[in-house]
Amino acid sequence: MSFELNGKTYATDEEGYLQNLDDWSKDVAEYIAGTEDVEMTENHWEIVNFLREYYQEYQIAPMIKILIKEMKKKFGPEKGNNKYLYELYPAGPAKQACKIAGLPKPTGCV
Amino acid sequence: MAKEPKPVEMSGISYKPPLQEWMDVTTEIKEGMFCWGAKEPSLQKVGFPNARSWSPVEEDWKLPENWKDIVLEGIAERLEKYRSFKIFMDICVRCGACADKCHFFLGTGDPKNMPVLRAELLRSIYRRDFTKAGKILGRLAGARDLTYDVLKEWWYYFYQCSECRRCSVFCPYGIDTAEVTIIARELLNLLGLNIEWIAGPVANCFMKGNHLGLEPHTIHSSIDFLVDEIEEITDIRVEPTFNRKGAEILFVAPSGDLFADPGTFTCMGYLMLFHEIGIDYTWSTYASEGGNFGFFTSNEMAKRLNAKIYAEAKRLGVKWIIGGECGHMWRVLNQYMDTWNGPADFLEEPVSPITNTKFENAKATKMVHISEFTADLIHHNKLKLDPKRNDHLKVTFHDSCNTARGMGILDEPRYIINNVCNHFYEMPDNTIREKTFCCGSGSGLNASENMELRLRGGLPRANAVKYIKEKYGVNMLACICAIDRAALPPLMDYWVPGVNVTGVTELVGNALIMNGEGERTTDLRGEDLPGIEEKEDNEDV
Repeated sequence: MSFELNGKTYATDEEGYLQNLDDWSKDVAEYIAGTEDVEMTENHWEIVNFLREYYQEYQIAPMIKILIKEMKKKFGPEKGNNKYLYELYPAGPAKQACKIAGLPKPTGCV
Repeated sequence: MAKEPKPVEMSGISYKPPLQEWMDVTTEIKEGMFCWGAKEPSLQKVGFPNARSWSPVEEDWKLPENWKDIVLEGIAERLEKYRSFKIFMDICVRCGACADKCHFFLGTGDPKNMPVLRAELLRSIYRRDFTKAGKILGRLAGARDLTYDVLKEWWYYFYQCSECRRCSVFCPYGIDTAEVTIIARELLNLLGLNIEWIAGPVANCFMKGNHLGLEPHTIHSSIDFLVDEIEEITDIRVEPTFNRKGAEILFVAPSGDLFADPGTFTCMGYLMLFHEIGIDYTWSTYASEGGNFGFFTSNEMAKRLNAKIYAEAKRLGVKWIIGGECGHMWRVLNQYMDTWNGPADFLEEPVSPITNTKFENAKATKMVHISEFTADLIHHNKLKLDPKRNDHLKVTFHDSCNTARGMGILDEPRYIINNVCNHFYEMPDNTIREKTFCCGSGSGLNASENMELRLRGGLPRANAVKYIKEKYGVNMLACICAIDRAALPPLMDYWVPGVNVTGVTELVGNALIMNGEGERTTDLRGEDLPGIEEKEDNEDV
């Protein structure tokens, strides 16, 4: 599976997650967001950027409760809650935001 | 991805078999019923054969030219090696006692999900190439040739068996169809025909020590996060240690408990319990997985992944090991670890430092199940418990297939629950204990792309939960398995909305009165404790 963007081919898994973390760019993120019917605003980017920073450090996407707690610390309680995250990413922050951030899906007993 | 049909549609299952004979029914690989194929990097990392990029929905599965020889040689080798396999191939009289005992048959109505017929998929090839009658009489003797279509049928149906072994309980000959599936999956693995939901965790576990691929500092930070959560609820800061040499006990949990709800609440329970009784224990970031998805690929791979537990116990110089709540982990530990990677003669026979109970049953493996350990503490009155803190829960217990049928842990979890909860109700007799129904997602089938299969396979279990929900108002399904904790929540949401899922040790954590704790206002999930609102209202007045 793959998609093409600006003349380059990007490998994805069956569900459209990027295969190679290094393939990610802002354009790629915008493209994936488009396939998910998500229009990226500054608020959306805050979350995607956090996810990528977390991944850089821990090599896995954060648990939702960690995401919420960290968002709360960084941006205050109005952004650190489940409702806010689901408003931005209706299919779920774990699934949709991670996909846009170019992170792989976690596997195992999850 | 296809959206699952609604419950009312999905439960309209036809048990009418097709008119043709089973050998003439070609397998259709249906969306929602299978998992994505194993990916090249995952197979490569552990040196599994035929690592390549392929898709189960394409015609060409990119097999080596001599694939047929590889499979037949694989069967021959295993007939030599495993007497059980040879016997299970020979002795089935096709009586059908197992047919309606399989949750996948009950949930799909597909005859090839009857355990007898699932095994027949392989047995027919065995007859053709390894028995005289089959060689001479062919189809008359129930034999058929190994073709590409047969191979696809194997892949489709042997990844629709969760190796739960319920069928074996009812087989008059004691045939363990799970072992037939295990062998069939080994054969498929010789051709790189695995699923990614298994191959990915296996590669992760081999490279990083656990299925999720958590790095040491990630494990540390995840547990630190849970430590903070515990402090917020109890005012007590527990202080777990990692990779500590000279600790008395090594604790090994399934990695799902460190990183996925509701397993994390169970993990908080472990941390609180060990802190409260003050045992000298350590976590390991190397032996950081109790589970073993290698067991769903091949005996050899399972052994490789299992090796790190004893290796770490030896390196740290611990005396014995406690293991967390995980299902297949215990099948592996209880039945294989000692002969694969033992004898662990550098360890001591496990003795509880709190009660002095000697765990005779763990004499060989030196590894004790957390439920045995906890039940023993309660039995000796070593825990202060307030079951009222679980009064908002009406609990039932789902026996995880592997701990129930694989090692007979039937009474310990119930004993614990009855001591930490006031409201416990059993599901009907033919759906619990040895006859427990699988969650529908065991043996590495808990992916998302096969959700229809999971929901269908989980229907008998969900149906039993629904029955006692309607009868007693049950709202919490307890279990001692990490796959259960991952698999049962979507199953409940679909069939029995309003029932949540918990590990048994989470319930212990709720009820445990810790020395010096502050007044608790919430349970481990942050939900108000029963009676708290009234109390607060009264205080306002």
